[in-house]
Amino acid sequence: MQGQLQTRPLDDVMQQIAEHKGCGTSSDAGKASCGSSSAPEDMAPEVWEKVKNHPCYSEEAHHHYARMHVAVAPACNIQCNYCNRKYDCANESRPGVVSEKLTPEQASKKVLAVASTIPQMTVLGIAGPGDPLANPEKTFKTFELIYKAAPDIKLCLSTNGLALPDHVDTIKSFNVDHVTITINMVDPEVGQHIYPWIFWKHQRVTGIEAARILTERQMLGLEMLTAAGILCKVNSVMIPGINDKHLVEVNRAVKSRGAFLHNIMPLISAPEHGTVFGLNGQRGPTAQELKALQDDCEGEMNMMRHCRQCRADAVGLLGEDRSAEFTTDKIMEMDVEYDIEKRRAYQEIVEQDRLEKVAAKNAELIELQEEYSDVKILIAVATKGSGRINEHFGHAQEFQIYEIGVEGTKFVGHRRVDLYCQGGYGEEDTLPTVIRAINDCVAVFVAKIGGCPKDELRAAGIDPVDKYAHEFIEQSAVRYFKEYLGKIKSGEIVHMDRGDADIRQGAYIAA
Amino acid sequence: MTYKIISSQCTACSACEPECPNVAIYEKDGTFVINPKKCTECIGYFDDPQCVAVCPVDNTCVIDNSYPRYQAA
Repeated sequence: MQGQLQTRPLDDVMQQIAEHKGCGTSSDAGKASCGSSSAPEDMAPEVWEKVKNHPCYSEEAHHHYARMHVAVAPACNIQCNYCNRKYDCANESRPGVVSEKLTPEQASKKVLAVASTIPQMTVLGIAGPGDPLANPEKTFKTFELIYKAAPDIKLCLSTNGLALPDHVDTIKSFNVDHVTITINMVDPEVGQHIYPWIFWKHQRVTGIEAARILTERQMLGLEMLTAAGILCKVNSVMIPGINDKHLVEVNRAVKSRGAFLHNIMPLISAPEHGTVFGLNGQRGPTAQELKALQDDCEGEMNMMRHCRQCRADAVGLLGEDRSAEFTTDKIMEMDVEYDIEKRRAYQEIVEQDRLEKVAAKNAELIELQEEYSDVKILIAVATKGSGRINEHFGHAQEFQIYEIGVEGTKFVGHRRVDLYCQGGYGEEDTLPTVIRAINDCVAVFVAKIGGCPKDELRAAGIDPVDKYAHEFIEQSAVRYFKEYLGKIKSGEIVHMDRGDADIRQGAYIAA
Repeated sequence: MTYKIISSQCTACSACEPECPNVAIYEKDGTFVINPKKCTECIGYFDDPQCVAVCPVDNTCVIDNSYPRYQAA
């Protein structure tokens, strides 16, 4: 049952904003193929055991479990054109940015303080703000301290891979199950446009040679991790015109070397970041460009679509940042008692909630199996976590995006809407910004919404839905989809192409 | 001469500290500084001064003209 295309009613508003922002709203829509969902059934039990509580390795887990990063590793051994270490602004959320760096001892204290306050915090990652393996002493000292004090916390790290082959044995010795390598290319011709230099064997190496050494070390490191039984996630930054088409090749290369998960992220690029790409006007991808690439790469390999590109000192669920509650001053004053049993008890409740959620979705899906339709829709969801529709429209700092078809539901992304630095945008312009961010969605699910935004969303062709308040997201999405199909059949609505949307623009304020 | 770090540009990333063959670099008041008495411009150790090669901010580790050129013993 294929619907027909109609022009989008909000084109006027969009064009007005587009002109103001200097970017168009043209879309490459309609290319929304759906890959296989990463249901636990297709995962080996021992792998599921490793990822089920890791918010960055399991989309399903990220609704329930939190992570934290400690900024103990400020030094870096390579330069990337999307990174600038000079500006560390407390109001910005992107990788490589921190408010304060910590010693391993401070980091250990902070981890215990956070773990005692947030019992669903299961993962401690070291992700910079430089490269953890360019600071091996600080990184491994931190692991050692936390390993002793809080053995139930998973340790993980994120690296550019240059120094990785030298440290795989040490990583293994701390029972680290998860390592992320940022791999943006497997061809030095492409790499030279992303990496101006690397520091290698006491020399600054530039150009193609730098990219050649880097890619060799990354591939070797990945192979060594696979051989050591460590799960490896590969992060790639999608840079339109530089590596966007090439990332399909990167996907094949890392898949064949045993990478577990591929996370293709949009380039974050704005002049105020002071990065090479920010200053030379290199744009990031649109929402549909990103999704199309992720869909192309999705096959035998899981694609991560829930990455929030968080700061190197982020604390909390993905999409929230509670780092301001745990500054060094505050944690030094905190009286921390690490109660592993209390954490375990809390996590058991979380597990029950999770099972209930999956059961509810599956029950709802049974009826859908009898339907035949190639209609797929996107919906935006306002949520505070736990897999429920439990956030007010006006309070949402981001919307989670689900794709629904007769095969079921799939998490396909998220859109930040807590923008600032919008060049003179005021309160009255907030709603068009939100609409821009979820313009490719048929509906937005919220716990509550005011009359005014409701009308404006409707005018934009987005159905504001508050009848599923506090219900499970996926179960409600399937219900909505059934009704949607019913309305198409009865002729009440005509399914139409929704076009494209913005991922993020400008800089973002920390939550 | 010796190298010096322009403190207003230093991000305090600490990358230079362990690379210095003379252990001349240390943290002071939130940025890193080079002890001019210890700096040898890496002469006798490396072809390139290590602090310059590893520093993420260009023109931050620079020659300090107020000191005479280092003479290898």
